[in-house]
Amino acid sequence: MKPGRPSRGYQPPRWAQRFVEWYCRPELAEDLLGDLNEYFERHVALIGPFRAKLVYVIDAFKFLRPYTARTLDFVNFLITSIMIGSYFRTSVRNVSRNKLFSSINIVGLAISMSVGLLLIAFVHDLLTYDKYNEKGNRIYRITSQAKFREGSPENFATTSLKIGESIQEKLTGVEESTIVTDMFTGDAKVGDNVLPLSGMYAGPSVFNVFTWPLLKGNAVTALKEPYSIVLTETSASRIFGTGDAFGKTVHVDSIGYVVTGIMKDVPFFSHIQFESLVSFSTLETRMLKEPSFITVDKIWERNYVYLLLPESSTPANVQAQLDAICADENKVNDDMQLRLTLLPLFDIVMGEDLLNSIRPVMPGIVLWIIGGLALVVILSACFNYTNLSIARSMRRFKEVGLRKVIGAGRSQVRQQFLAEAVMVSFIALVLSFGLFLVLRPQFISIAPNLLKMVKLEITTPMAFAFVVFALIVGIAAGFLPALFFAKVSAVHALRDSSSVKVFGRLSLRRTLVAVQYTLTLMFITCTMLGYTQYKKILAFDLGFTTANILNVELQHNEPDVLIAKLKALPEVTGISQSRIVTSVGNAWGAYIKYKDPRDSMLVFTNIIDENYIPLHQYHLIAGGNFVTRPATADATSEVIVNEKTLREFNIADRDPEKAVGMEILVNNRKMTIVGVIKDFHYATIDENIKPVAFTYLTPDAYLTRDKRDGVLNVAVSTNDPVATVSKIEQVWNMVDPVHTFQGEFYDDQIEDAYKELSAILKIVGFLSFIAISIASLGLLGMVVFTTETRFREMSIRKVLGASSGSLVVLLSRGFVAMLIVSALIALPTTYLFFEKVVLARFPFHDPIGVVELFAGFFAVLIIAFMMIGSQTLRAARSNPADVLKGE
Amino acid sequence: MKGTNLGEFEELVLLTVAALTNEAYSVAICDELTSHTKRSVKLGVVHSVLNRLEEKGLVKSQLGEATKARGGKRKRFYQLTALGKSALVRAKSMRDQLWDRIPSLVLKKV
Repeated sequence: MKPGRPSRGYQPPRWAQRFVEWYCRPELAEDLLGDLNEYFERHVALIGPFRAKLVYVIDAFKFLRPYTARTLDFVNFLITSIMIGSYFRTSVRNVSRNKLFSSINIVGLAISMSVGLLLIAFVHDLLTYDKYNEKGNRIYRITSQAKFREGSPENFATTSLKIGESIQEKLTGVEESTIVTDMFTGDAKVGDNVLPLSGMYAGPSVFNVFTWPLLKGNAVTALKEPYSIVLTETSASRIFGTGDAFGKTVHVDSIGYVVTGIMKDVPFFSHIQFESLVSFSTLETRMLKEPSFITVDKIWERNYVYLLLPESSTPANVQAQLDAICADENKVNDDMQLRLTLLPLFDIVMGEDLLNSIRPVMPGIVLWIIGGLALVVILSACFNYTNLSIARSMRRFKEVGLRKVIGAGRSQVRQQFLAEAVMVSFIALVLSFGLFLVLRPQFISIAPNLLKMVKLEITTPMAFAFVVFALIVGIAAGFLPALFFAKVSAVHALRDSSSVKVFGRLSLRRTLVAVQYTLTLMFITCTMLGYTQYKKILAFDLGFTTANILNVELQHNEPDVLIAKLKALPEVTGISQSRIVTSVGNAWGAYIKYKDPRDSMLVFTNIIDENYIPLHQYHLIAGGNFVTRPATADATSEVIVNEKTLREFNIADRDPEKAVGMEILVNNRKMTIVGVIKDFHYATIDENIKPVAFTYLTPDAYLTRDKRDGVLNVAVSTNDPVATVSKIEQVWNMVDPVHTFQGEFYDDQIEDAYKELSAILKIVGFLSFIAISIASLGLLGMVVFTTETRFREMSIRKVLGASSGSLVVLLSRGFVAMLIVSALIALPTTYLFFEKVVLARFPFHDPIGVVELFAGFFAVLIIAFMMIGSQTLRAARSNPADVLKGE
Repeated sequence: MKGTNLGEFEELVLLTVAALTNEAYSVAICDELTSHTKRSVKLGVVHSVLNRLEEKGLVKSQLGEATKARGGKRKRFYQLTALGKSALVRAKSMRDQLWDRIPSLVLKKV
C-alpha cells in the first residue's frame, strides 16, 4: 500500500514513519501511523507544518512503549549467525578474484587507517593522564584569571602564595587542599658527588590529595619538619647510588636536608613531575629569614593550589567562596582584577594552554582539527572503496540476483556486502598496524613537546579501540555499496545485467572523485604555501644580525672567567652579555614614564653590556653606546631606546637626534637616553614592532639573590660549527663541571620559536602525501575500470580509423575535466584561507607567490596524467583483432 | 482477579467505546473524552488503554476500509464484547448500591 498525501502536500517526516514501522509490532503499526497522520493533518492546520512535523517526531518517539515494541526476531538473528560463515567465504573469494581492485582498496584503507591509529594512540595517551590518582575525579586545580590595567585577561595555572594560603584558611566544605610550589632548585651534594636537583615545596597534605605511595617513610610526617626532603626512587639512586638514602642528609646549595621519605616515581602520564618534594615549612622558615626570598603576592610565581572535594560536593559550592576571596583581593589591588576558577584534574592536559603550565598541554581544539583532517583522509579511502565497488557492480549483479532468487532478503544482501567491507578493513588494519609501528617514532619527533607528552605504547584498551575503529571504517566503506546492491531486483539482474542502470550512479562517483581531488589539492597547496612562508619567516630581517652567534646559558656562573677562556679560542670573534635572548618569544618588561607622571606604559626591555649592540649590528640612528660603565645596578643611569618608544611617548617630537639626552623614568628611576636604535623585532614576527628599552648590565647582576642569570652571546667565525661548539663545550666543562652545557645558535633558537608552525607543516605535509596516494589509487582504479569496460568500443573505433592519440584523449577527457573542476574549487579556497586566516596573524609577511600556489596542482596533475595515460595508452595500443576475436 | 476490576480511566474509555457505537476508533475516542471530561486526553494514553482492554477481552477490534485520509492507513474500530458490557454494568450497579447507602441527610449537610 502506498502512502497517500495526508494534507495539502505536507508530509510527516519520512524517517519518523520508518522509525515507527521499524520498532512497532506489525499488527499495531498501521492504525498507529494512521492516528499519527490524522493528528498531523490537524496540527498542520492548527500550528503550521513545521511545528506539526516536530510534534509528529516527538509523538513517534512517545509511542515507543513495551506494548508497541517488536520482540527481538530470533529467527533473523539465527540466520545471520549461520550465514556469517558463508559471507566470510564469498568475501575471501571476491577479494582474491580481483587482485588489483582489492589491493587498491586495502592499501588505500591501510594508509589512511594508519593516521587513524596514530590519532587513537595519541588521544589514548592523553586520556591516560593523571588517571593513576585514586581520588582524581574529585581533585581540582585553581586557575587564576588576571586582567592587568591595560590588556586582556590572561589565564595562569598558578596562584600567588598569599591567595593560596587564604584559600587554605577560608575555604570550608573542602576535604583537603594543598599548595605545591615549583621553585626548589640547586646543586645537591653528597660526599664529593655534586648533581643538580630540582623539586617542589609541598606540605604533608599533598599525599592525601595525590596517589603517591611512599616506599620508605611516613606520609603523615615526612613533609612536616622544615628542611625535610622526599626523593623519588630515581633521584635517590642518582644521588646516593646503590646505598640507602633514607634518613641521610643531602646538602643543596650548602643547606642540609634530611631525607624523610623515598617515594615511587611519579608516573609518566602525570601533569605534575618532579625529582623531589621539600617540606613546605622549609619555605616558610626561609621566608622569615629572607623576606626577599619569594614574592607572595604575584600570581605568576609558580604556586599550584589543588583542592580535594568531598564526594557530596560540587565545584559550584566552592566557586562562591572563591569569588568572595577574589572580591576581597580586588578591593586592595588596583593593578589587577583577579578571578579564580576550578579546573578538574582530568581536564588539565587536554584543556586550555594556560600560562605557567607544569608540562605542555594539548588543547582539545588542536585535537579536533587534527581529528578532522584525519577523518577527511579516512573518508577519502572509504570513497575509493565505495566507488570501486559500485563501478564493478555489473560483474556482481548475477550473484546478487541468484541470491535473491534462492531467498535472500534485502537485509541478507546488505549484510553480505557489509561483511565483505569489514573483512577488507580488517586486512587493512593488519597492514596499517605495521605502518603505525613505522610512523610512530616519526610522529613523536615532529615536535619536541610531543616527545615529553606521549609514548604511544600499545595497551589493551588501545588494541580494542583499533579493532572497533577498523569495524567502523569497514561499515562506513561498505555502507553505500550494501544499500545499492540490496535494492537490485532479481528479475532485472538475471535477465540482462547490462539493462540495470549502473551509470545512473556515475554522477555520484564523479562527485566522489572530484571531492577527493579537491581535498587533496587543498592539502598540498596548504603545504606548499605554508612551507614557503615558513622559510621566509626564518630568513626574515629582524633588524639585527643573528648569524653565527652562539647563545650560551650562564647557569649561575660568574661570566668573567668563562669570557676570558672563551676569548682565547681562535674561532671566537666577540662576546657580549644579555639578560635574555630576544626575538624568540621571550620578554622582559618595565614601566616607563615620560613627562606626564600618570602616563606610564609597559615597555619591553633587555639588559645588555656594551658589546651587545655592535656584536648584533643594531643600527644606531642617533647617539651611541652606553657611556658610563657603572659597577652596580643601582648606579645605572643610561638607557637606549628604539624609534617606536619615541613615537609612543612622543619624546622630543620623535626626532632621534633631539631625543638623545632626554630623561625618562624607568621603573620610577631617572634615566638618560644615550642612544636611539632603529626599530627591530623584539617579539616573534607574528607580533607588531614593540617599544623597547635597553639598560646596562652591571657586573653585580650575577650577585643578586635570585641569580636569574643571563646569556653569553658568543660570535664565532668558523667553517665547522659542530667542532667549534664542542670546543666551547670543553671550555664550559672546565669552568663548570656540574651543569651540562646549554648553548645554541641564535638561528636555531629562532627556528625553535616557530616550532609549532613547523610541526603543523609536517603534519599537513604528511596528510597531503597520504591524500595524494589515496586519491591517485582511486583514480587508477576508476581509469582501469573505465578502459576495461570500453575495450571493445576502443577496438571498433580503431578499426574504423581512430588514432591512438585521439583514443587517449577520448578516454581521459572526463577525468581531466574532473581534475580541473577540483582545482577551480580548491585553489581559490586555499588562497583565501591563507590570505584571510593564516597570514592575517603575521603582520609582516610576503605575498603569496604564483609558483607555490600552482606547484601542488601541477604535481597532482602530472601524477594523474601518468595514471590515466598509462592505462588509456594500453587500451588504445592493443590490437583490435585480439580483442574482437574473442567475442 | 485481573480483568474484572476497571480503573477509572479504563471505565471512561469503555463507556466512550460503547457510546460511539460504530465510530469508535482511537482518535474519535480521544476527542470524545476530551470534550466530555474537559481535560486534555493524550492519544498515547488512550492507545495503551485500548490495547489493555483488548488484552483483557473487554473490547474487540477490526480494521476498517482504507481511505485517502490518514495517509492511506486504515482505522481500527473497537466494539464492546459481552464481557465488556457486563463489566460496565457491574461497575454501574456497584456504584448505584453505594449511592443508595448514603442517607440523604449526610449529603445535605456537606
